[in-house]
Amino acid sequence: MTDNAQTDTSRRRFLGGAATAAAGLIAPGVLLHEVAQARPADQPVTSAVRWGMLVDTSKCANGCTDCVDACAEEHGLTGHGRPETDAQWIRKVNLRDKQTGYTQTLPLLCQHCEHPPCVDVCPTGASFKRADGIVLVDKHICIGCRYCMMACPYKARSFIHETLDDQLPDAPRGKGTVESCTFCVHRVDEGEQPACVEACTGENHNALVFGDMNDPASEISRQLKQYNSRQIRADLELNTGVRYRGI
Amino acid sequence: MKQQIQFTEIDGGPRFYSLLGFIGLFVLAGLAAAFYMEHNGHYVTGMTNQIVWGTPHVFAVFLIVAASGALNVASISSVFGKVPYKPLARLSGLLAIALLVGGLMVLVLDLGRPDRLIVAMTKYNFKSIFAWNIFLYTGFMVIVGVYLWMMMERRMNRFTRMSGLFAFIWRLILTTGTGSIFGFLVARQAYDSALMAPMFVIMSFSFGLAIFILVLMAAYKWSDRPLGDAILYRLKNLLGVFIASVLYFVMVYHLTNLYITENHGIERFILLDGGIYTQLFWIVQVLIGSLLPLALLYLPSTGKSRGWIGISCALVILGGLAQMYIIIIGGQAYPLEMFPGKEVSSSFFDGIVNSYSPSLPEVVLGIGGVAIALAAVVVGIRVLRFLPVSLADELVDPHYSTDKAIA
Repeated sequence: MTDNAQTDTSRRRFLGGAATAAAGLIAPGVLLHEVAQARPADQPVTSAVRWGMLVDTSKCANGCTDCVDACAEEHGLTGHGRPETDAQWIRKVNLRDKQTGYTQTLPLLCQHCEHPPCVDVCPTGASFKRADGIVLVDKHICIGCRYCMMACPYKARSFIHETLDDQLPDAPRGKGTVESCTFCVHRVDEGEQPACVEACTGENHNALVFGDMNDPASEISRQLKQYNSRQIRADLELNTGVRYRGI
Repeated sequence: MKQQIQFTEIDGGPRFYSLLGFIGLFVLAGLAAAFYMEHNGHYVTGMTNQIVWGTPHVFAVFLIVAASGALNVASISSVFGKVPYKPLARLSGLLAIALLVGGLMVLVLDLGRPDRLIVAMTKYNFKSIFAWNIFLYTGFMVIVGVYLWMMMERRMNRFTRMSGLFAFIWRLILTTGTGSIFGFLVARQAYDSALMAPMFVIMSFSFGLAIFILVLMAAYKWSDRPLGDAILYRLKNLLGVFIASVLYFVMVYHLTNLYITENHGIERFILLDGGIYTQLFWIVQVLIGSLLPLALLYLPSTGKSRGWIGISCALVILGGLAQMYIIIIGGQAYPLEMFPGKEVSSSFFDGIVNSYSPSLPEVVLGIGGVAIALAAVVVGIRVLRFLPVSLADELVDPHYSTDKAIA
């Protein structure tokens, strides 16, 4: 089979090179596809999207704080050794049924309500809800009255009790203002997942699903449709953006 | 024919300046406390992410509520046409503005960013009761200011009744707004009740009148002006009615909650096993702050004694502060009910009774607000004609007869 041995490999090299080149050209396009799905920076957010999170408490392990740690790292939430005044944007809450003794654990964060009580009570409008459902605090017009903290049914907000000097660019924070989970708005706007979700998924716990609740094709919509889920304090009819399975 | 009531400024002797200097010390201390808190941040106070409103708010809300109540004496004269109260109307208006200024000062200086007061004045979210209150408070000062002008400028006297009526309606709305700060809070078990608004209105009647009587007695004693028994007894009898009315509202509030199973937790906390809050409720608010002054004001042996009347007023103020403490801090100390039927625990103090102990700067700031109010009154009666030269019975009591005076 000398013919084969003498086969000119130039064509293979060409094809190989072409394929590599093509891959090099297309791959970023494929990877950037998700980014392209994100809203362009010059476009306003719209209510066509409603960001939400589904927590599967059956997959949330007792003692695991991966989501909490990721949040702290993402936003530079370093404590001052004073638990009563240190900020917490997401926390692990342990539940035990008084009647049956059944225990479970779940992450609790800003529930990004459709009708947020914190936004209702804020005198200056610093507490606000974006069109896509993310509830935020405008740190420039927050006067630090803490009325939102009185109004929040989930104790989701923290007040900054001391001077901070190590803030991260994506997480503006400051003494005398109130803050809470932003659903990692800086990441979501870039087409990425919130840090807590990424951490949970990255460790293969998969207890958190984040996505557009208005998009029937999204994973969160699919799961919400398929499985029973609950809102915490559903009696308040706030239509929360964070839903829980298994509570 | 009765003599015309004459109003004059008080004398500006050493007694005036030493009183003003004494009060000024507390004002300065309050400002220093505020600076200390703002400079370091709120971690130096007793307030936390659990108890977000603390002692400054107890003082601030108390003063704001009392401010609208202090105007009652003027309203009884101008709106309800009770002649004996007319000489007191000016002081009533002055005290109302002064107490409001004191309360607002405490509230503003406790903000996380008091330097952004201008933001609060220029950016409004009109669904917020706080935003309404900014208008209600500033409007109150303007309206009562105009009302005082109508009373004090002879050419304007014919508008007194109209402006008094307007001020009266405004103050009712204002206290409704203050009560609704809590009444509209759906998240917490202790609040979320329409009863908060009328209860705050009746609380304002009681607290405001107690402060008014004390200020009146002190002003007349220290300026050596005669203050007759007739007007004082009218005021203290009225105070008794208000104290009983507050008790009635408190009772209805708790009875309603006691009937509703989901509120048994908070009721048990306040009425039975809430530690300091239970003690404050039964001992300070109900016993020392309500029942005791009621008895003192109406018992023949103590009800006619100025000393006991003064003590009764002080007890009403003490009971009122305790009531505010229970409402504001007790309401936050009780954990949020997020998971009914579950025991809840976390690193963020979920599911447990939150602890709070007032820090010195908070208390000093609160007292500073009281001092600001008193300083404003002292300066007010020094520079303008707020106080009648005499409130002796023969001048103010319509039922006064010389026979009675001789007898």
